[in-house]
Amino acid sequence: MSTPQVIKRAKYKTSIKDPGTPGLLTMMENRFVFRPNDPTSPSKLDVGFHQIKGQKNTKEGSNKPPWLNISNNKDGSYIFEFESYPDLHACREIIANALEAAKGSSAATISSTAKASSSTNEQYSTAELELRMKLMQEDSELQKLHKQFVGSGVLTESEFWATRKKLLDGDSRKKSKQRVGFKSSMILDIKPMTDGRMNKVTFNLTDEIKYQIFALKPAVHQAYIDLVPSKMTEKDFWNKYFRAEYLHSTKNVVAAAAEAAEDEELAIFLKEDEILAREARQKIQRVDPTLDMEADQGDDYIHLPDHGIFRDGTKDITELQNDQYRRTLSQDLNRQGAVVLQGRNLDVDPEDPRTIAEALMRSRQEPSDSAVQERLDRLTRMTEIDDLRESHDHPVAPLCIKDPRDYFDTQQANALRTLDDSRTGTEQTKRKLTTEEAYGALKESISKIKSIGLSNSTVKPEVALTVFNGLTQNISSTKYQLGKNPRESILDGLPNRTKEELLHHWMSIQELLRHFWSSYPITTSSLYTKVGRLKDAMSQIYRQLEEIKEAVQSDFRHQVSLLVRPMHQALDAAFQHYEADLQKRAAKSGELPNGNG
Amino acid sequence: MKFQMDDVTVYFPYDHIYPEQYAYMLELKRALDARGHCLLEMPTGTGKTIALLSLITSYSLSKPYNPVKLIYCTRTVHEMEKTLAELKLLHKYQVQHLGKQAEILAIGLSSRKNLCVNPNVLAAENRDSVDAACRKLTASWVRAAAIGNPNVPSCEFFEQFERAGQGIVLPSGVYTLQDLRAFGKAEGWCPYFLARRMVEAANVVVYSYQYLLDPKVAGIISKELQKESVVVFDEAHNIDNVCIEALSVSVRRQTLEGARRNLSKMQQDIESNGRFKATDAGRLRQEYNRLVEGLAQGGNLPITDAWLQNPALPDDILKEAVPGNIRKADHFLHVLRRLVQYLEGRLETENVEKELPVGFVNSINTQAGIDQKTLKFCYDRLHSLMMTLEITDTDEFLHIQTICDFATLVGTYARGFSIIIEPFDERMPHIPDPVLQLSCHDASLAIKPVFDRFQSVVITSGTLSPIDLYPRLLNFNPVVSRSFTMSLTRECICPMVLTRGSDQLPVSTKFDMRSDLGVVRNYGRLLLEMVSVVPDGVVCFFVSYSYMDGIVNSWNESGILKEIMQHKLVFIETQDVVETTLALDNYRKACDCGRGAVFFSVARGKVAEGIDFDRHYGRLVIMYGVPFQYTLSKILLARLEYLRETFQIKEGDFLTFDALRQAAQCVGRVIRSKADYGMMIFADKRYSRHDKRSKLPGWILSHLRDAHLNLSTDMALHIAREFLRKMAQPYDRTGGSSGRKTLLSQDDLERMGQGITHEMLF
Repeated sequence: MSTPQVIKRAKYKTSIKDPGTPGLLTMMENRFVFRPNDPTSPSKLDVGFHQIKGQKNTKEGSNKPPWLNISNNKDGSYIFEFESYPDLHACREIIANALEAAKGSSAATISSTAKASSSTNEQYSTAELELRMKLMQEDSELQKLHKQFVGSGVLTESEFWATRKKLLDGDSRKKSKQRVGFKSSMILDIKPMTDGRMNKVTFNLTDEIKYQIFALKPAVHQAYIDLVPSKMTEKDFWNKYFRAEYLHSTKNVVAAAAEAAEDEELAIFLKEDEILAREARQKIQRVDPTLDMEADQGDDYIHLPDHGIFRDGTKDITELQNDQYRRTLSQDLNRQGAVVLQGRNLDVDPEDPRTIAEALMRSRQEPSDSAVQERLDRLTRMTEIDDLRESHDHPVAPLCIKDPRDYFDTQQANALRTLDDSRTGTEQTKRKLTTEEAYGALKESISKIKSIGLSNSTVKPEVALTVFNGLTQNISSTKYQLGKNPRESILDGLPNRTKEELLHHWMSIQELLRHFWSSYPITTSSLYTKVGRLKDAMSQIYRQLEEIKEAVQSDFRHQVSLLVRPMHQALDAAFQHYEADLQKRAAKSGELPNGNG
Repeated sequence: MKFQMDDVTVYFPYDHIYPEQYAYMLELKRALDARGHCLLEMPTGTGKTIALLSLITSYSLSKPYNPVKLIYCTRTVHEMEKTLAELKLLHKYQVQHLGKQAEILAIGLSSRKNLCVNPNVLAAENRDSVDAACRKLTASWVRAAAIGNPNVPSCEFFEQFERAGQGIVLPSGVYTLQDLRAFGKAEGWCPYFLARRMVEAANVVVYSYQYLLDPKVAGIISKELQKESVVVFDEAHNIDNVCIEALSVSVRRQTLEGARRNLSKMQQDIESNGRFKATDAGRLRQEYNRLVEGLAQGGNLPITDAWLQNPALPDDILKEAVPGNIRKADHFLHVLRRLVQYLEGRLETENVEKELPVGFVNSINTQAGIDQKTLKFCYDRLHSLMMTLEITDTDEFLHIQTICDFATLVGTYARGFSIIIEPFDERMPHIPDPVLQLSCHDASLAIKPVFDRFQSVVITSGTLSPIDLYPRLLNFNPVVSRSFTMSLTRECICPMVLTRGSDQLPVSTKFDMRSDLGVVRNYGRLLLEMVSVVPDGVVCFFVSYSYMDGIVNSWNESGILKEIMQHKLVFIETQDVVETTLALDNYRKACDCGRGAVFFSVARGKVAEGIDFDRHYGRLVIMYGVPFQYTLSKILLARLEYLRETFQIKEGDFLTFDALRQAAQCVGRVIRSKADYGMMIFADKRYSRHDKRSKLPGWILSHLRDAHLNLSTDMALHIAREFLRKMAQPYDRTGGSSGRKTLLSQDDLERMGQGITHEMLF
């Protein structure tokens, strides 16, 4: 949103009796400036709105001239005489807004909380105000939003904060910072690579991978602590480990068993992980009883050997020989899932095995009674049928995205992809056209032109245009999808200013939409007016987005339009809903002429 | 809410009720009033269990002079826990509104392993030995010895339980297994035997199917239940299989070897007894005298000594004296030895052999000299001998028991069974693994005593289609047999049939296409596309473990798995139950914390049988292929033949019915309530054929639009996106705008009377 700025001719009076100094009064977002026509005059003014307490003005229709009396917090006042009432109203509005904003963001800009609370009709405790102030200081984007919407009167102070209750709760903010967890596919990262040409397998080993291996396989970790460096060097250790891994990957159980029989250290890696087995036994005790399938086993009355149908084709068969050397992909996947969920719960230097061992031990502790209780509580919650009872307020973990921009980017990338999908879909029906074909066609027509010379019959301008569009679109979008670095975002390619603006608008739209949708169904008249205000603000942004789209250079226009499109879609949906609701109301009030909607 | 249903005031623990729940209760009440059996199919996710519990307990409360007892059978322990949790909720509500008179006693009963609190017994790591460890401490002769000799260990909890005597009462309430353990620990009483004793007194008993269906178990645990009971089989779509399993026995080489060991052990015991201990020899003599008098069982045994009962059904057991030729222990062992030898000979075969019991008994008679009556008494005679010899480590003697069970069944039943001897498994012909199977084909045999004995039997599930097949399979006449639709506030389920992959080629797990790499790749792309748009949990079902292993490995090699894992964590069901349980637990955690996960499971596996993937635990289920049984299985073929001859059910029909009920069962687990939503993809071209599809339950079919019958991956993806977007919107729970109410309050019920119920029925 652009800053509202109003420049009016006015006379500045130091007192009511003063005939006044003619000059220009400039109202800006956060201050007003008076410049007398006579540059030598001493009555220059430059006052920030934060010093302003209130304003008075003469009534239109009374025979007094249009005067505006702005009082500051030092009991002084500035009086301006305008040329007309409309001028006066324009200025008055800006001051009113500014005062409103000052009320809200009192926190951010004004130190005197007493003043703010005296001028609002809602009372906030000092603590709460301080909290808000602090929040805004920490988060400049929040501050920006606040300034924009509360300042411009689209939202009231309480509406703005109502959607951020969770932030104000305080507890959630004290949460420690996020740590990067394990990747969901880490197990596949520690697999060997074959170079295809020779019979050679390469394993890449970094500290990170070592750490992951330790986390995934406590037995390997234990062995590392026991053996390195007292019995073997680290290099030998890893060589052995990867030898074992290689044997697994060949799926040759017999060979694995044979090698394990010869080399007891190798056998450690090949055998089933005993630490894991022990852990599993412990964990199974505390598992949610509603999914404990293990409880069905071992009922002597039911599970008798050789009773029941043994071979009817429903049951699967496995070879049981050398079972301890068989490790399946499924086991590995399940294990890695468990480790990923457990998260990276230690902050220690992975190089020092002792500390890791201790930390791992600590992290594998028994859960407390409260955890058991929590599980039972959850069980009772889960048994209830959702929509038959009144809703509970579930404890919700606040969504904490490390960098919202990442999320934004991926969403955009998805949008891009689906857009491409749908487009290629439609294009195929019109004319089968790939990039190469289009390029080929273009080349052909160019060579035709070369040979024939320019004449009307070579190529129709419409066709040429579609070919061109197809080409540029495909090229530009594929560039982003096939970019070497997937993290390289579309946004980063844009000029800085456009990028900033887009992001800002995105945030604003989200904020507005959140308020917009949460005010439905409209039950009170205040909600009604709120929705009206929101709608106006949104249409303004809509227009601004259009402008941005047109303003950017042609290179970026396609990408910007792709970025802007979902925003427009979201806004369109809101407008549509607004209109539909309006019509519904109109229809309703038609039926009930005395109803107020 | 509470409402009146004819003469019964129904207490229902929620403020609202679905119309179909109301209709369900109405039909159920009709069956109870008529004291007959009923068959009710109601879609999953409509609160079947709570409707059932609520009506039956209210029914019982309204008849305080002649209350009915509820026996609720579940397939698994975790389903038992779920049921008890719902009952707890209901009970709390009823006590709140009715006060003391609503108090009932409800218990869950499971094995010693799940109820034992004795740390010494539990320390026995091997999970199969908890029962044996318990017997070693609590058998009557061990306890007798312990009185004289303090060095003989005994179980503190059981002793205290015994000392408290008959005066023991469990305060009213609902006891899950966990509650029973906690109570037992606090009081110092053995929870297992406490629960066993309370079965008689309890108003509601929740336990496993087999405790009622398997004659070996039912004879011990469910003997004393009164006729005025309502028996409920929940999730009963597989009940025929349970019945058949209960009466089937197989004999393998290991069994015979073990039986030989058992026999020589018993021989040793007898010889040493006779030679050295006069008292023990006296016991054997006593036993002989008892047998002459015609008492196979030594009267009422102490509760701890009870061991598996006769494998034949109660009505089929001969009530006469044991034949003379096996009364003497030596003679009996000799007979058994001849039997084992004969069976060993039969296992040596090179070809598959199929025989009927009559022929088999004849050949035993001619070749081993054991007549039918002797065979029939094998179980009773062995039982008596084991008691006399005071054998506690019963799990050591399972092999000879299997042989005797086999003999008794073969001797008792001439119809509905067949004996099949296979030298190796068809799928692995290179590994010799001969097996002799006595397999039951007639599901109605095992369930017949239940129908005869109890006032009302309720068979219910989300998948009982076609509903007219079950009365034929189980041979009973239900007074009520209904299938309910689902009233929907919004289209919260979205079934789709995917016939083509992203390259527009057909996909299927048909035998000839199964290993086609193109199909494997298409299946992989389908999952990959789906995990990128579906939030939280996604579940995939495969037709078998081996197929799943193969496909996952191949996805791993082609890198699809890695791409999938960039969107969601992957968990896999394995044949190891502990691992699978932990994987499921982690799967739920991943869904809870928002990371999202995919669970790979098998259509006839343990997970498909009873784990719910409701709410965010399952927003999409993909059923890869049609889960047909392995059609070359000899046992299956024998059963099909029997079904055709006896019930005129065509082979193809039965196979399709069986496959489709499994598929429906798999996908049906995504919905828990109408606030929930989920998608189901049947990924196989065969589902688009009418003869297959039409066997799906009505509530799935009614949501399967014609436009969704023949999709390719990209179309399915598009539909999924639209569906998820629609479902994410807030909606009106009562369905008020669409004209038909989908959520009734107490007022609605009072106003509408019973007019609403009829529209719920098919």
